[in-house]
Amino acid sequence: MTDQSTDHAAATTGSTRVKRGLADMLKGGVIMDVIDAEQAHIAEEAGAVAVMALERVPADIRKDGGVARMSDPEMIDGIVEAVSIPVMAKARIGHFVEAQVLQSLGVDYVDESEVLTPADEAHHIDKWQFDVPFVCGATNLGEALRRISEGAAMIRSKGEAGTGNVVEATRHMRSIIGEIRRLATMDTAELYAAAKEHRAPIDLVTEIAESGRLPTVLFTAGGIATPADAALMMQLGADGVFVGSGIFKSGNPEQRARAIVEATTHFEDPQVIAKVSRGLGEAMVGIEINTLADDQKYASRGW
Amino acid sequence: MSGRFVAPRWTPGERLTGRLPDPEWSDEAPTIGVLALQGDVLEHLRALRRCGANAAQVRTATDLDGVDGLIVPGGESTTIGKLLTRFEVLEPLRARVAAGMPTFGTCAGMILLSDELDQDVEQPVIGGLHVRTRRNAFGRQLDSFDTRIEVAGIDGGPLDVAFIRAPRVEQVLADDVEVLAEVDGYPVVVRQGPLLATSFHPEVTGDDRLHAAFVATVRNAMAAP
Repeated sequence: MTDQSTDHAAATTGSTRVKRGLADMLKGGVIMDVIDAEQAHIAEEAGAVAVMALERVPADIRKDGGVARMSDPEMIDGIVEAVSIPVMAKARIGHFVEAQVLQSLGVDYVDESEVLTPADEAHHIDKWQFDVPFVCGATNLGEALRRISEGAAMIRSKGEAGTGNVVEATRHMRSIIGEIRRLATMDTAELYAAAKEHRAPIDLVTEIAESGRLPTVLFTAGGIATPADAALMMQLGADGVFVGSGIFKSGNPEQRARAIVEATTHFEDPQVIAKVSRGLGEAMVGIEINTLADDQKYASRGW
Repeated sequence: MSGRFVAPRWTPGERLTGRLPDPEWSDEAPTIGVLALQGDVLEHLRALRRCGANAAQVRTATDLDGVDGLIVPGGESTTIGKLLTRFEVLEPLRARVAAGMPTFGTCAGMILLSDELDQDVEQPVIGGLHVRTRRNAFGRQLDSFDTRIEVAGIDGGPLDVAFIRAPRVEQVLADDVEVLAEVDGYPVVVRQGPLLATSFHPEVTGDDRLHAAFVATVRNAMAAP
């Protein structure tokens, strides 16, 4: 019918554009932590745009203690088989071999995550060495820019995972977005000083000052437990939401998952948020951040 | 319908920057919506504005009433399909497509416009485009790729495009479907009257030729009696 035919063998895989591009397609969506195929099905049914496969949700990692590592490949395979949406999985900070293993399993995104116990106290993974894209956490703009300069294709706030308390995610989102806004008002001499202050490459700092946004999407994570929490993050400027323990540690996961998805889409419509928040049953039990010992604050992991 | 104003909502990125100026709303220009339930909405809005159209986000059936044409963007087709059902946009949208509203689907949008899907996954689709489409036809994210592609009827050399967990048409089901480009022998750009669909993302590269062609289609549809 046509002679406009291309052979895709000549195409490029693993480019920055397709890595950042997949995260762009997740915008306005909710990514849910799941520990088995059954939960993955529930997440997909509820309208999740992706699932994060892990062995224990952060609330249980907190409770159980010990070293938290990459999940069993068999369990990840089971989840990849179970759903048609993208599957993400976590590697420890600096543990590039866990990342190699996850890439070989064919996961769609690797989260170099502070929720797991760090494997390197000075270095993050050199993410440019991989074809699989990475998402990394950040508490402020400098941290976000250092992760992007190491090759991260998606940034999320760290928040404080497994607490059901949104206050740290709010702090991180306000910090990142406020600092971007300040960069946008600076002259070039000030940008050099800002790059030093943020410990970030000047080219990246200049690019952000000009565009007024990160070159990757900015999602939020860490403590989101209710539809209103998700909408709060979206109104603060998040491109999308990660929900960890908040769904499967609550009284009615199916309904809560749906409600959070719907509130994320209609984040500016309080009537929709009110409607989906009705009769959701018990939210996960929350933890006051100032009752956490310093070594229990995951957001301080990563450098 | 173009006289009706649909307030363009700020997306998070735009709110963040405040740098994308309010569109200069023109009563002469067609108003084209971008389905904004989930996905790559902002880039399509920008491309439409660069092509001289009024661009508006569509989240509800009321929003849909105010547009002359619609882009169904990339995103997760399962998520968008479920949200179309839950927020009761699916039936009004099917009715508009059946009534001949120009509609352009990219990636997930191609899946949602297809009459049939190859997988056994149950997901609501809008339909209207007489093709059978396969989701994730090129593989997982590791198989996502950039390429340059010639599209019939688009002058100025190949388009530079990204295929991200992309679908493709496995089978054309009716004679009125034109195949405008293929990859590996499978259709990746198809047109059927006022409906246009691409496997790839024309919105992420800044090459607006397909958007310009779609805006022209909408103008023609409005000029027709």
